[in-house]
Amino acid sequence: MYQDVILDHYKHPHGRGLRDGDAEVHHVNPTCGDEITLRVKLKGSTIEDVSYEGQGCSISQASASVLNDLLVGKEIADAQRIQGVFLELMQSKGRIEPDDAMEEVLEDAVAFAGVSKYPARVKCALLSWMAWKDATAQALSVEESV
Amino acid sequence: MNSRPAVLTGLLDTEGIRKDFPILDRLVHDGKKLVYLDNAATSQTPRQVIDALSEYYENYNANVHRGVHVLAEEATAGYEGARDKVAAFINAPSRDEVIFTKNASESLNLVANMLGWADEPYRVDRDTEIVITEMEHHSNIVPWQLLAQRTGAKLKWFGLTDDGRLDLSNIEEVITEKTKVVSFVLVSNILGTVNPVEAIVRRAQQVGALVVVDASQAAPHMPVDVQALQADFVAFTGHKMCGPTGIGVLWGRQELLEDLPPFLGGGEMIETVSMHSSTYAPAPHKFEAGTPPIAQAIGLGVAVDYLTSIGMDKILAHEHAMTEYAIGRLLEVPDLRVIGPTTAEERGAAISFTLGDIHPHDVGQVLDEQGIAVRVGHHCARPVCLRYGIPATTRASFYLYSTPAEVDALVDGLEHVRNFFG
Repeated sequence: MYQDVILDHYKHPHGRGLRDGDAEVHHVNPTCGDEITLRVKLKGSTIEDVSYEGQGCSISQASASVLNDLLVGKEIADAQRIQGVFLELMQSKGRIEPDDAMEEVLEDAVAFAGVSKYPARVKCALLSWMAWKDATAQALSVEESV
Repeated sequence: MNSRPAVLTGLLDTEGIRKDFPILDRLVHDGKKLVYLDNAATSQTPRQVIDALSEYYENYNANVHRGVHVLAEEATAGYEGARDKVAAFINAPSRDEVIFTKNASESLNLVANMLGWADEPYRVDRDTEIVITEMEHHSNIVPWQLLAQRTGAKLKWFGLTDDGRLDLSNIEEVITEKTKVVSFVLVSNILGTVNPVEAIVRRAQQVGALVVVDASQAAPHMPVDVQALQADFVAFTGHKMCGPTGIGVLWGRQELLEDLPPFLGGGEMIETVSMHSSTYAPAPHKFEAGTPPIAQAIGLGVAVDYLTSIGMDKILAHEHAMTEYAIGRLLEVPDLRVIGPTTAEERGAAISFTLGDIHPHDVGQVLDEQGIAVRVGHHCARPVCLRYGIPATTRASFYLYSTPAEVDALVDGLEHVRNFFG
């Protein structure tokens, strides 16, 4: 479960810290007290930045770091597709062995495949992704109403 | 490295006791010996209790208090016999003061609801106050928050000292003439603290407030005498004291149970029913609507027999020795901070700690890989984590079958955790 990739992201998180954003959300994982505050900054249909601050276990914090790597600079539609694949992997209960195609999409995030075998920890891995989804929806609705 | 004293005094014959708990022989994660240190969450079940559950279902499964056939009579005798055993176990003046519930949460909710619906002098309303403490389990916080919201009563609480004790320095301002009920935990599930019942009860009695004691972490581990406590209600649960899940207890003083209104309505709790109104059965049945957890009550009765045969004073002594040894060994681990009292005095065998800045979930996961089962998180006592500025803790909790070797395994396991995340 604790792949080196995960531990590296945990110890040296990418893109951590709160920066300017179009929407901010705060999500918690009540079973263990993991918390994340996450902001999304959009530029047209591109994700300009995902910034975050949080506390929690190595899985939840590393996952936020991987998310930042993967999604910043992507088109929203592509990011949503990546999120969908990650969600599918995390809900697989260990039954999906990531292949090259999946690795192409998820990059470092395939390291979380092992976490999907631990039901108690899946929520940790998904915390930042659910926060991102929520924040993006809010940012888009703000944009529409302007 | 191993600083175990040559002889720890007061230990039980754990080798013999462990033979009664088949699960303790289980191997996990490819052959690792299970080290079960999550007893504050739930205790393991001795064969005697497991057998009693099977025997009930194999031989005399029936609904209680109704049928006239032999199975119903035996089931009723078993169920009511369990009530006698529990009453004796807590030195209740009357068996009719023992109400079976689903768990301690239901017991506490039952009291909170009764007090919202009661007539004077018990009624909690907008002009009155409810007092709890900052170290309560959520089950002794949320029912009172709900009661306060529904009635307009004010909810107050005792804070905590830096060393994990109740801060009673302002007791006269917290418990006042307006206080209708004081509800507090006897032994904290997260800090391990044993609270000074007498001081709180004395003040509550001065102002005429009812006293509710959450004994969930006390009844399994020490002699509990409801008369000595001088409380009005005492709540605890079966599955933390070698019994099955799904069975809890509320003890209440007889005159209160007579005066207070019922909680749930239904079968079993009535005297007569017409389409316009009903009258209620006397306590305890007034508070036991519907078919009760029969097998579970019988199982709890057998658990009580089991604990009594070993002796609650001996269990207390064993856990005291274990706690003293465990705290000493844990404090040897670099970067480990015990959250709660750091001595075994006035302290139970649940020990919470943090390990540097390694998140408790990670600590628990790496311990689990070594076969060591602990609890991680906020232990349903999130205000305590907020009070001490931590997101969560790792908690090791011991019971009558726990051994010093298991403490050593935990300490070795924590070394491994530190190396892994170091």
